[in-house]
Amino acid sequence: MAQRSRLRWVVLALPLLAFLWLTIFLLRGLFSDPTELSSALVGKPVPQFELPDIYDTQKIHTESVLQGRPMLMNVWATWCPTCRAEHEYLNKLAAQDVYIVGLNYKDDSRAKAVNWLNTLGDPYQVNLFDERGMVAIDFGVYGAPETFLINAEGEVVYRHVGDVNERVWNNVLGPQYERLMADYTAAGGTP
Amino acid sequence: MMRSLWLAAVLACLTVISVAHAVNLETYKFDDPQKEALFRELIDEIRCPKCQNQTIGDSDAALAKDLRDRTYLMVQQGASKQEVVDYMVARYGDFAYYRPPMKLSTLVLWLGPVLVIVIGAGVIFVRVRARNNAEVEMSEQEQQQLDALRAGKQQDKSS
Repeated sequence: MAQRSRLRWVVLALPLLAFLWLTIFLLRGLFSDPTELSSALVGKPVPQFELPDIYDTQKIHTESVLQGRPMLMNVWATWCPTCRAEHEYLNKLAAQDVYIVGLNYKDDSRAKAVNWLNTLGDPYQVNLFDERGMVAIDFGVYGAPETFLINAEGEVVYRHVGDVNERVWNNVLGPQYERLMADYTAAGGTP
Repeated sequence: MMRSLWLAAVLACLTVISVAHAVNLETYKFDDPQKEALFRELIDEIRCPKCQNQTIGDSDAALAKDLRDRTYLMVQQGASKQEVVDYMVARYGDFAYYRPPMKLSTLVLWLGPVLVIVIGAGVIFVRVRARNNAEVEMSEQEQQQLDALRAGKQQDKSS
C-alpha cells in the first residue's frame, strides 16, 4: 500500500515539475530581448574582405586593418538615427584613445557619409565603405548600429547590437576592451 | 445569389491584399527550372534575421533582399541547398534557418512533444490500472439492488 501511494506521488509530481520547468522557460523568453542575437562569429577570425576607403575609393583596405591590436568595429550609416545618437559618444571614446574602425553600411551616398564625418567629427582610425552591404553580410550584420569587439589576433570577441553609450561602455564593452588591452600591452604591444 | 456575390468580392479583396504584400520575385530569372525550385525552397526556409518571424522570401526588409540576392547568386553558381544554408547559419547562427538542427540546446524542441505524449499516456495507463485493481466494496443494500436488477434482466430475457 505504501508503495502504491509513493507511485501516485511520482505520477502527480511529474506533470507538476514539467509545468514549472515550462513556466520558467517561457517566462524567461518573455523578458529576453528578441533582437539581441548572439553573433555566430564570436571566437572566429574576421572574414576576408576588400573594401575601399570612404574618403578615397582608390585606396583598398583588407581584413588586415582589423588585425594586430584590440579594437572596436562600428557599423554605421547616415540613414540610421541611433547612429547619430551614439556618434557623440564614439567621439568621446576616440578622444580617450579607444581604437575604432568604422564600417559604413549601405549608405544613401558616399558624399553624405563623408559630409557626416566632416561635420560631426570622425572617431574612426580607418573608414571602410561597404556600399552594397556584402561585407556586412559576412559579419552577420542585420542592422545599424552594431559594434564588434575584436582582439589582437583579429578574432571577434563580442558583438553589441544598438547604440554604444556610457552605460553600455562602462558595463559591457569597456571592461572587455580593457582586458584585451591589458593582455596586448603585457605581450609587448604598443597602445 | 447576393451572398455568393459578397463572398466573391471578399475573396477578390483578399487576393489583392496578398498580392500587394508579396515580394517581387520577378527579377530573379532562371534558365534551369531545378535551380528555380531550389531558390524558392530556400527563400521559404531561411529566416530574415532582421524580422521577428518572416522568411527572406516573405519580407520587404532591405536585408532580406540582400540575402535573397546572395541566395540567387549562390544557386546560379551551382551551390547545393546545404551549402546555402551553411553559409547563412555561419553568419547569422541557427536563428537563420527555420529547421533547427538537433543539438543539446534544441533538444527540447524535438523531444518536447514526444515527452508530453509519453507523460499523458503514462498517466492514463496508471489511472486505468489503478481503477481496474481497486476492489469495489458494496454495501448490503447495494448488493440487493444489484441482484434485483440482474434478476429483472433475466426475466426480461426469458419472457
